[in-house]
Amino acid sequence: MSATGLFVILVSSILVNNFVLSRFLGICPFLGVSRQVETAVGMSMAVTFVMTLASVITYLVQVLLLENFGLEYLQTIAFILVIAALVQLVEMVVQKVSPTLYKALGVYLPLITTNCAVLGVAILNIQYEYNLIETIVNAIGASIGFGLAIILFAGIRERLEIADIPVIFKGFPIALITASLMSMAFLGFTGLV
Amino acid sequence: MKLRKTVLNGIVADNPVFIQMLGMCPTLAVTTSAVNGIAMGLATTAVLLGSNTVISALKNFIPSKIRIPAFIVVIATFVTIVGLMMKAFLPALDKALGLFIPLIVVNCIILGRAESYASKNSVVNSIADGAGMGIGFTVALFILGAIREIIGAGTLFGTAVFGAAYEPALIMILPPGAFLILGLLLALFNWISMKKARGENR
Repeated sequence: MSATGLFVILVSSILVNNFVLSRFLGICPFLGVSRQVETAVGMSMAVTFVMTLASVITYLVQVLLLENFGLEYLQTIAFILVIAALVQLVEMVVQKVSPTLYKALGVYLPLITTNCAVLGVAILNIQYEYNLIETIVNAIGASIGFGLAIILFAGIRERLEIADIPVIFKGFPIALITASLMSMAFLGFTGLV
Repeated sequence: MKLRKTVLNGIVADNPVFIQMLGMCPTLAVTTSAVNGIAMGLATTAVLLGSNTVISALKNFIPSKIRIPAFIVVIATFVTIVGLMMKAFLPALDKALGLFIPLIVVNCIILGRAESYASKNSVVNSIADGAGMGIGFTVALFILGAIREIIGAGTLFGTAVFGAAYEPALIMILPPGAFLILGLLLALFNWISMKKARGENR
């Protein structure tokens, strides 16, 4: 695999096919924990961590277990179990090894099990028939893309809190319209790769 | 009587999309046309009915400490069944919905109902709750899908609704349109409920 190929995967998953704004994966945390920049940063760190690990492990599960024994139809069950177990494990390890990191990520870790971006990237890696290195690059790109979108969005929402907007648009409606405008901006990256 | 109330509750008062804001990923992603919206809604309803039934039947046997993993396994089983059935009988729809069929597993509506309703109520009530929530989700997806299809492609269920002179606003079918329409719909519902509240005060 050439370096250019990997670079194309990276750029494509960060900008062109941004996980949140053009693939609609991970919308729940995108809308749920984006009230403040600080929490958005915490969430995106936790997601990066879990997403990269989960992609590697689900890839190995797919190749070594499912394909080896002809059990591809169990993919959904196997992957979600791997992710749920991984989140639990990461939570325990981080709590033991680095209490400071645990304090920063703590609340966000359990939420990640139901973040569809994690399961989504795992399934997409298999669908695109990526090898192990491409899988890792794609997962990193996806999590950077997620982080970029959620942190930018949180920055805008902090200002929206104090903005004078019609009452009926307060809260989710204006947030969704903001997301729409951001998504339009990201459409500009189409055709980059 | 009570069952009917449970079902209606899921469709209107506690609508999973418009009121509870759950299951946003499939809501925004697959509603490029009315048909896709309905298909996704029905697939989710099928999973929800199955998982609510099994989880409420097993509620006394699942230890509370490992209930979430247990729920997820039950849900994933039903998602696999629905996914394989769609692949076999409705290959075109399966292609259109693609990644979002396996992702029903992580739809917060299903886990949310399992945790907050099915694990505490009887089988019959849980089925009614699953039906209500499922229909509510389907209705929401249909509304969103229909609006996006009408504006973005000038069609509804594939038949043209405007004359040939209509220039479709493609942006509505693209991702920004999904966010925009949902935002405007929520604002509309806010406006309606505020107007209602003001009417009652008078």
